[in-house]
Formats: sequence, C-alpha cells, structure tokens
Amino acid sequence: MRAGVGVARMTLGRWFSEKLLMGNSLREYLRNQITPFNIVAAVILSVGLPITWIRFTQGLGAATNLSDTNPWGLWIGVDVLSGVALAAGGFVIGTTVHLLGMKKYEPVVRPAVLTGFLGYFFVVVGLCYDLGRPWRLPYPMLVSYGVTSVMFLVGWHVALYLSVQFVEYSPALFEWLNMRKFREWAMKLTIGATIFGAILSTLHQSALGALFLLTPGKLHPLWYSPFLPVFFFISAIAAGICMVIFESMLSHQVFGRQVSQNDHENFDEITLGLGKAASAVLFSYFCLKWVGVAHDNRWALLDSSLGLLFLIEVFGFVLAPSLLLFWATRLNNATVVRLGATWAVLGIILNRVNVSMVALNWNRPDRYSPQWMELAVTITIITLGVLTFRFIVNRMPILYRHRDFEY
Amino acid sequence: MKMDRRQFLKIGTTAALAGAASNAEGEEYFPGWPDRLGILTDTTLCIGANCRKCEEACKKANDLPPHTTPLNDNSVFDRIRRTDPQNFTVVNRYPDPENPENPIYVKFQCMHCNEPACASACLVKAFAKTSEGPVIYNKDICIGCRYCMVACPFYIPTYDYFRPYDPQVRKCTMCYSRIKEGKIPACAEVCPKEAITFGKREVLINLAREKIRNHPERYTPHIYGEHEVGGTSWLYLAGAEFADIGFPKDLTETPYPALTRGFLGAVPLVLTIWPVFLVGLYKFSNRRGEISKNVGGSGRRGEE
Repeated sequence: MRAGVGVARMTLGRWFSEKLLMGNSLREYLRNQITPFNIVAAVILSVGLPITWIRFTQGLGAATNLSDTNPWGLWIGVDVLSGVALAAGGFVIGTTVHLLGMKKYEPVVRPAVLTGFLGYFFVVVGLCYDLGRPWRLPYPMLVSYGVTSVMFLVGWHVALYLSVQFVEYSPALFEWLNMRKFREWAMKLTIGATIFGAILSTLHQSALGALFLLTPGKLHPLWYSPFLPVFFFISAIAAGICMVIFESMLSHQVFGRQVSQNDHENFDEITLGLGKAASAVLFSYFCLKWVGVAHDNRWALLDSSLGLLFLIEVFGFVLAPSLLLFWATRLNNATVVRLGATWAVLGIILNRVNVSMVALNWNRPDRYSPQWMELAVTITIITLGVLTFRFIVNRMPILYRHRDFEY
Repeated sequence: MKMDRRQFLKIGTTAALAGAASNAEGEEYFPGWPDRLGILTDTTLCIGANCRKCEEACKKANDLPPHTTPLNDNSVFDRIRRTDPQNFTVVNRYPDPENPENPIYVKFQCMHCNEPACASACLVKAFAKTSEGPVIYNKDICIGCRYCMVACPFYIPTYDYFRPYDPQVRKCTMCYSRIKEGKIPACAEVCPKEAITFGKREVLINLAREKIRNHPERYTPHIYGEHEVGGTSWLYLAGAEFADIGFPKDLTETPYPALTRGFLGAVPLVLTIWPVFLVGLYKFSNRRGEISKNVGGSGRRGEE
C-alpha cells in the first residue's frame, strides 16, 4: 500500500520532470530560466498584470483612452483585427498542403497551425480585456442570437475556428502525451478540419472587414469601400503567409537544434516558395485597392493628408514588399524574402490600424490615441503568446517528427 | 440533353445576375408600423439659453445625476457637447450666419431610427425597435462589444467606461416606460416653448409639412429624419442647413441594415459552395499525386 503510493509519486514526479521541466530537476530548470529574454518577459508581465487588475476592477476607462465617440482602440485594432489576420497562416498552409497537395510545405504545417491556434487564442484573450462584460462571451452562442449582425458571424466563427485549430494542432499534443488512440482519431479529422477551417476563415476574415460596412461617413472614403470584406480576406492570406515566413525565421534561430538536417536544407526553399506566393497575393491586393478607389471615384481625395497616408500604406507597405519579395525570389535570396515578409506583416497591421483607428472618425474633433496602459496590455498579450509558443515548441513535436509515430 | 460549356457559363451568369437583382430589390426599406410614435423638434422655437429644461427633465425621468452647474449657466454652450452616460440629451448652440443676433439651439438625443444601425449591429439583439417607435436596450444580455456605438451614424450610444462590473450602453429611450404608462416623453412634456411635439409619426410629418408650407421664410424645406437612413422616429425642422447645425452630412436614405445585407447574403453561398469546391480540390490533387506516382516521377513535379 505504502509502496504503491511511493511509486505513483515517483512516476508523477518523473512525468513532471520529463514532460514539463524538459528532463531537469525543478532547481536546474529554474536556474536555466534566468536568461535575458526571460528577464525582459518578466518585466513586461510585471507591468501588464497590475494593469489587468486596474482594467477589471476600475473599468475600461481607467486603463484606456476609449470614449463615447471612439469606442474601439488599440485592443481592437491590433490585438483583434491584426491578430486574426496574422493568424491566417494556419488555414493557408493547411489548405496548401492537405487540400492542394503541395507536400513540399509539410514541415511548416505544424508551426503554422500552432501559430494560428495560439494567435486566435490570444485574440480571444485580448477581446476579453476589451469587452465590457467578458464573462458574457458565450452569450451569442447560448443566450441570444443577433443574426442580422456581422459581429454575430465573427463571434461564432472565431469560437468554431478555435476548436477546429485545436483539432488540427492536437496530434502534436497527443504524441507528447503518448496518447496513441486520440492521436489516431485526431489525424483522421485533419482533412475535414482543414476544409472546415478554410470555410470558416474565408467567412470571418472577410467579416472583420464587413464590420466596417456600417461606418459610411465615419470611415474615411479612401478606406470605406463595398469591397472591405474582400480587402480583409485577401490581405489576411498575404499576412498569414508572411507570418509563417517570419515565424519560421525566428524558430530556426531559436530552436535550430530541434530541426532535422533535412528540414534545414529545405528551409530556404520553402521560404522562397512562400515568398513567391506572398508576392503574388500582395500584388493582387494592391490592384484591388485601386479597383476600390476607382469604383467609388475617390481619386480627388488622394490629395490630402489622409490621402498621403493611404498612398504610404498602399505603395509603401503593399506594393513595395510585394516587389521586394518578387525580386528576392528571382535572386533566390531567402534572407531578403524574410525581410520582405516582415515588412508586409507591418503593412497589414498598418492597414488594420488605419481602418479601425486613424481613418475612423477622421472628421471628428475628438480623436483617439492609445494611452500607455493599452500599449502595455497589447505587449503583455504578445509576450504571453510568444512564451506559450516557446513552451509548446520546447516540449511537443512541432518543428520535428516524433520518432515513435508514423506520419 | 448535353450542355456545352458556353451554355453552362451563360446559365451561370444569368443566375448570378438574378441573384444580384433580387438583392437590390431587397434593399427597399421597411416602411414601419403604421401607428408608431415620433417626436418633432422645431429648432426655430427652441430658446436654449437659460432654459435646458428638457435636459433636466430627461435626467429626472431616467434617474441620472443632476447637472453640476446651474441651468442658467450659458457657458456650457461655448463648446459643442455630445451625449454621455449622464446626459441622454444635450442642447447645443450654433451660429446662424444669416442672423448673428439669434443663434440656433439644437437638442440632440437618439433619433430612434426605423431600421436602427445599433440593432442590426448587435450580436445578441440587445437593441430592439419597438412597434410603438422607441429603440430600447436590454442590459441583461449586452456583452459590451460597443459595435452599436461604432455603427450609429449619429454618435448617440454612450458607455459606462468607469463601471467595471455592470457597464451599460446608455442612451435616450424616448421614455418608453412613460409611454407605456400613458404619459408623454419627459422632454416633450416640459418644453416651455412647445418646440418638442410628441405624437404619431405620420401626423407629425403632416404637421411639419404644413409648417413649411405656411412659413417658407422661417423653415428650410426639409424634414430631417423623414427619409435619412430609412427614416427616424425623431424629426427635425430648422431654419438653417442641417449640415451647419450639427447633423451628420452625407447620410443617404439607405437604411443601415441594407449595408451588410449583401455580405450576409453571401454567407450561405460560401457555406454551401466552398465545401464542395474544397473537397473537389482535395480529390483532384490526390488523384494527381497518384498518377504522378504511377508514372514514376515523370509526372512533372506532381508532388509539389
């Protein structure tokens, strides 16, 4: 009896050490945690957590510059709108590999799906800061159905897609836990999940743009367009691809030793292929933006300060990275592709910020700009996302294939 | 019967165009319940200065904290105010270029649209257009996303930014509970100049037309709210251009729900066509992979 408890404790202790502490004792593990990166992360969290307290005990007004005229700010513009766009890599790569059969990109499926899953998860975390009553988050699913609302579609789809992405990610989790039966079931669901994920992504990525169809007169006419859903969808595809390039660049630097030699050799090849795709999608998006201007005959507005911002966004952060990516793939220069992808990611964030913050209420005297606590929360959430990503990649077979399983 | 490719494309295009046409018809706006109520504000009658009794009555009717400055403190007019959680209605002052001696006072509050943007934006149906006319809010289901505030073309809904546990969207209710008791809205009741008239919307529109007809020198020939954004329950008469006295410019007659109707109409299409298309793609690429495997590598990089 006594021995039995002892064995159970030892196994649990060993499981804890092997699975969570990466084979170290707790003391070793903690000592290894003192790294410059972790110190920076700790400083960020030590600022972010007290602000979280302020936000939830004193109200949105205590931590933000939001107002009755500007009810949406940095948390919606960056954490939610940009977050969802940048997390599109999961569905884009999943579709490419599983549905289009381009097996060359197989090595980036798992990191892309994990980036997507965590991206959406932390979008929901960010949303919980922004919602007045976050504990009512399930209301659109359970209590009252506002089916005339584009937001209703967004709510449902983000919830469903989060579940779908969990299914897509779960084989890695089950390999780590050595749960063979569950892994088998999850693998069987992959194709179905990918198809369902592509449908959900098409709809909610474009729906985020469609939210702003209700803002004619509030959103500057250079950004307001009946094509907003298409703009958001196409740019999300570009953002997703570029984010996969960006994320794999960082992963290969940080977790390089996990990646097999074979994948290291393919790494540049994959980056170049993705860069080519991103260049094409960005160029198509660039053309579409001008179709939008021409459709509503907004040419005259280009000659204004916001017109200049529009030109900077469209030429400087869509066309320029598109051309750079094209040029880099011609030269087979993966490093320049990575630069172009990073640039394009910034461009998509700029677009979402412009639509939701800068160009919205452009003609009102009471403008919005975020206060430091909003920025601190955004940085905190990104940090939490990076830490979770690192936690998982360090433990589960994301960047490599688990030797005990067949793929 | 065999169908050739051209014929197939032709049928497809016709079907797509028919879809677009029926969509356009669908944008015809809801004419509203016949006996619904409304309010007509005649800004040419409002005296504004030393009055603001409507603001005070509104606060009392809605249990809002009283004004912190006396009602005869006219310095509040030095800046344009907007509605906020403590003020569901505000009176603002605008200069009259044709008559500098007599500025124009305009009372603002929720317009109670026939087809409200806030209601169409709400993902939990926290806003409802009642058959009597008022647009009312249900605090018990609101999740606080504030999309209603983003959507409202009149910048009316406000938010309890400093209430952490039970924040609400706050706005004028057209005194819905008073109407249910058989009373009239507090502001209309208290106005000493009878600038605020409560009644059936249809009757009010006729009254406004009559006023314009009888006093063309006094009124701009336009009833604001008759058609804007598909019509509103609150109507305005003025002696100046509405754009010069704080009303949003460039509002069309399109009701706001119509702005997202096209997008929402495409959702079932994506939900039904996408699965078939994607499964087809999957089968196609699978088959291509098999063929190139069988051919033994000569299938031109089929694996890529």
